[in-house]
Amino acid sequence: MRTILRILLVAALCSTGTAQAVLNIEITEGMEGALPVAVVPFAWTGATPLPHDVAAVVSADLARSGRFAPLALDRLPARPTQTAQVDYAAWRGTGAESLVIGRVRPREGGGFMVEFQLLDVPRSQQLLGYSIPATANQLRRVAHQISDIIYEKLTGERGAFDTNISYVTEERGADGKRTYRLAVADSDAYNEQIILTSSQPIMSPAWSPDGRRLAYVSFEEGRSGVYVQEVASGKREKVASYQGINSAPAWSPDGRHLALTLSRDGNPEVYVLELASSRLTRVTENWAIDTEPAWSPDGRALVFTSDRGGRPQIYRLPMSGGMPAGSPERLTFEGAYNARARYSPDGRRLALLTGEGNRFRIGVMDIETGNLRVLTESRLDESPSFSPNGAMIIYATEIRGRGVLEAVAADGRAHQRLGLSRGDVREPAWSPYFK
Amino acid sequence: MKKLMAILVLLSGVGLFAGCAQQQTTPTEPTEAPGAAAEQAPGAEAAGAETERGFAGSPLEDPQSPLSKRVFYFPFDSSEVSAEDRNIVAEHAKFLAANPNASVVIEGHADERGSREYNLGLGERRAQAIERLMLLQGMAKGQQQVISFGEERPAAQGHDESAWRLNRRVELIYSGV
Repeated sequence: MRTILRILLVAALCSTGTAQAVLNIEITEGMEGALPVAVVPFAWTGATPLPHDVAAVVSADLARSGRFAPLALDRLPARPTQTAQVDYAAWRGTGAESLVIGRVRPREGGGFMVEFQLLDVPRSQQLLGYSIPATANQLRRVAHQISDIIYEKLTGERGAFDTNISYVTEERGADGKRTYRLAVADSDAYNEQIILTSSQPIMSPAWSPDGRRLAYVSFEEGRSGVYVQEVASGKREKVASYQGINSAPAWSPDGRHLALTLSRDGNPEVYVLELASSRLTRVTENWAIDTEPAWSPDGRALVFTSDRGGRPQIYRLPMSGGMPAGSPERLTFEGAYNARARYSPDGRRLALLTGEGNRFRIGVMDIETGNLRVLTESRLDESPSFSPNGAMIIYATEIRGRGVLEAVAADGRAHQRLGLSRGDVREPAWSPYFK
Repeated sequence: MKKLMAILVLLSGVGLFAGCAQQQTTPTEPTEAPGAAAEQAPGAEAAGAETERGFAGSPLEDPQSPLSKRVFYFPFDSSEVSAEDRNIVAEHAKFLAANPNASVVIEGHADERGSREYNLGLGERRAQAIERLMLLQGMAKGQQQVISFGEERPAAQGHDESAWRLNRRVELIYSGV
């Protein structure tokens, strides 16, 4: 059973310079278990239209999580904007258990005040209400914060809408010249900001645990090198440019170490770089390709991809204080090809790329049981990355010849395509919560 | 890199060599021959003749030579060099052994399937398979450089086997010839 819900949101502006950007939310997986909610368009009394439709952003956020099924606008029985206007009996008929109403008003001295209430329909009572000040530029961000507040109140888990993603785009000019960009955007791919532009490939962005820095691979010198860049200032440094491959950076949870792949000894091996001292420790030793390290959230293990058994599979190496504390053990046995693993924030699951024949899809594996669940139905998926609350996974795929980003609920319940950037989009990395 | 490009142009033979000379004419300057039209008597027309004899040929450019083949293709997730390609790689090694000033960049590539970082390793493994053969066949250590681009620089666009088979490759890029 497939339910298709299509919501078209037209946002007035986004920072890529396009006059209008259309966010096409396509939820293609079963919606069973999704909580019906109603988000009523917020009142706005100002003379000129608001730069962003706050309620529409909230509604899209909630739908994307897979936990909520917002009512279509044409199914709203009324459009109250104040608690006093709410006729609960009318809302009970819609099936919506929660109702979000709100207002945006101009603020003295410029900017806006966004006020909203979350109402419990069966109990006819308010669950919470907030007033949040915002400048025009902050309206989308405030909408994501409202989504986080609602999400946490209704699910008991922290929301992750007010976070960022980073990704790589590749664009081919009319002259055939390629331009690669490293971008940072909101979790819904709006507010794109370019932090690196190059004529050579860029790969593998990785957020530092405090969300302030990105490590990535750049071929700007004609071969691979690993760089660390401060997101806010743009200041950066090259941390690895040895003979051979320099790639796959991964931050340790304490931010003191960077695991990475170097082939300076002849073939790709995983190393740990202590950032303060620049001390380099090799942690794998095998003729195979050992790459794509990822730290467990407690820092006590590294998982990595290796084809030491003949085909790429995921292995786990115990770690202690940034040093190996045992030998690698194979974790994946289902599927011919398993690679690019990333830990869930609770450390119990791995999101990975799983291949069978010509299909490469995103799966989630329970580390304890080894059970692998395939979440996607496409054929050229890549680069899964967990949201910091573990509820969603963003990944890259190919649709009609173009690289795009998609988000899927970690339990496979909802899919959404994020299709705002130009050219091919790839290698999304979801930021941590900012500290 | 610039030097490499310049040599590549040289390598690509007489036709391009002539094209290169033409490009050196700055478009903002009028293209006039020395001692121009004013000195010409009516009824006579003088013209220049090409007499310079630069030799830009190389066995690398002989389409009949095995050396003209400088791209080698691989099966999926494999770095095995085919028997036919082994012979051609041997010819390249002999050429390099005979031309100690020549050097070669051995570029490894992969198709888009699977993970990008693993493919970076796979591209390197393919380039190293070619490198190993060339070293065995007499190429001096130091004449070569291995660079992997993984799946980042496809030769063919497209998302099926017709493109993938062209992208699972190693390219030899000569310089100093």
